[in-house]
Amino acid sequence: MAKNWWKILSVLLLLYVIIGGFMVPVPVIGNNQQAARSIFFHLPMWMAMYTLLTISVVNSVWYLATNDLRRDVRASSAASVGVLFGVMGFLTGMLWATYTWGGTIVNDPKQMTTAIALAIYMAYLVLRMSFTDIDKRARVSAIYNVFAFALLIPLTYIIPRTVDSLHPGSASSPGFSDKDTAGTIKMVLWPAFIGFTLLGIWIYTLRNRYKRLALKNIIHG
Amino acid sequence: MPVKSPISQIYALVRKDILLEWRQRHALFGILLYVFSTVFVINLMVREPEERMWNAMFWVVQLFVCVNAVAKSFLQESRGRLLYFYSLVHPRYFIAAKLIYNVLLMLLFSSVTLLCCILFLGNPLVKPWYFLGVVLLGGVSLSLLFTMLAAIAAQASQNAALMAIMGFPLIMPILILLSNVSQSAFSPVVQPGLGGMFLMLAGMDVLIIALALILFPFLWKE
Repeated sequence: MAKNWWKILSVLLLLYVIIGGFMVPVPVIGNNQQAARSIFFHLPMWMAMYTLLTISVVNSVWYLATNDLRRDVRASSAASVGVLFGVMGFLTGMLWATYTWGGTIVNDPKQMTTAIALAIYMAYLVLRMSFTDIDKRARVSAIYNVFAFALLIPLTYIIPRTVDSLHPGSASSPGFSDKDTAGTIKMVLWPAFIGFTLLGIWIYTLRNRYKRLALKNIIHG
Repeated sequence: MPVKSPISQIYALVRKDILLEWRQRHALFGILLYVFSTVFVINLMVREPEERMWNAMFWVVQLFVCVNAVAKSFLQESRGRLLYFYSLVHPRYFIAAKLIYNVLLMLLFSSVTLLCCILFLGNPLVKPWYFLGVVLLGGVSLSLLFTMLAAIAAQASQNAALMAIMGFPLIMPILILLSNVSQSAFSPVVQPGLGGMFLMLAGMDVLIIALALILFPFLWKE
C-alpha cells in the first residue's frame, strides 16, 4: 500500500480531471464554443509521452554502458507506451483541429513535425522486431533510440516554436503562459499533467514486468 | 610497428575505400546509370516539370541515389574483413573514414544528378550557383545520416529494407529543410528566414557527426 500511493493518486487525479474537464466553465471565444476543453486531454498526452520517451532513452544509454538486458526491456516498454500516448495526443489534436481549423490534417508545421517524430519512433519499434539475436537487438535499437530522441526534441519542441503556425504556442500565436490562460483551465490542466503522466508510468511498469516475465529464462532477477 | 597518427590512419582508410571503389567500378557506374535512368524516366513521364515539381523530383532522386550509394559501404565489407579492421584501428577512426568517403562519393553523385536533371528536365534555375551550393550541402547531410544508418542496418538481417524503414522518417526533416532552402534558387526574390534554416541544417550535420563518433564504437562491440 505504501508503495502504491501514486497509483491511487493517479486514479483520483484522473477522476477529478474527467469530471472537472467537462464541468468547469471555460471562456467561449467566437465560434470555438467548448472546443477549449480538449486541452485537458490533449496537452497531458504530450507530457506523458515526453516523460516516457525520456525514461526510454535514459535506459538505452544505461544499457550501452552496462550491457544489462533489463535496461533494454525497460527502454523498449517505455518507448512503446510513449508512442501510444503520442498517437493519442495526435488523435485528440486532430479532433480539435477538425472543429477549430476546419480540417483534420492541415499543413500545419507542428502537426507535420509531430507526425514525423512519431514515425521515427514507430521505426524504432519495427527495428526491434527485425532481430532474432536478443543482445544484438538490444545494442542496435539502443543506438537508434539515441538518434530518435536527438531528433524528437528539435522536431517537436524547437522548430514549431520558431515558425508561424496556427497551433497555439508557436511564434505568432499565444501560448499557455500565465497571462493568457483562464484560471479555471489551469485548475484542471496542472492536475491533468500529473495524473496522465502517472498513468503512463503505471502502464509502463506493468508492461515492463510482463516483458521481463517473457524473458525470464534469459535474464535473472 | 609505430602507431600512426589518427589523421594518417583515417587518410589510409579513405584511400583504401577509393581504391576499392575504382577497382570494382561496376558499383560506381551502376549508380551513375541509376541516376541517368531515373531522371530519364521522369523526362519521359512529365517532360519539363514546373519549378516546384522540378525541385521535388530532384530531391526524391537525390534521396534514392543516396540510399543506394551509401547502403553498400558497409554491406560490401565481409565479416572477416571488418574483424581485421577492428584489430587494426579504433572504431572512431573507422567511422570517420567512412563518413568522409561517403561524403566525397555523394558530392560526386549530387553533381551528376544535378547535371542530369538540367539536361533532361530543363533548367528553371535563376541562381544556379546558389542551387549547386545547396545541392552539395544536401549531399553531405544525406550521406552523413545514411552512413550511420547503413552501419546500424548492417547488423540486422534484412538490411536493405531496414535502411528505408529507419532512414526515411529520420531524413524527412532534413529533406524538408533542403527543399525549402532550395526554393530560393528558382526566383530572384529573397526568402525570409533563410539564415536560420541554414543554421539548422548545419546543426543537424554536427549532431549526426557527433552521435556517429560517440555511438559507433558501441555498435562495433561483438
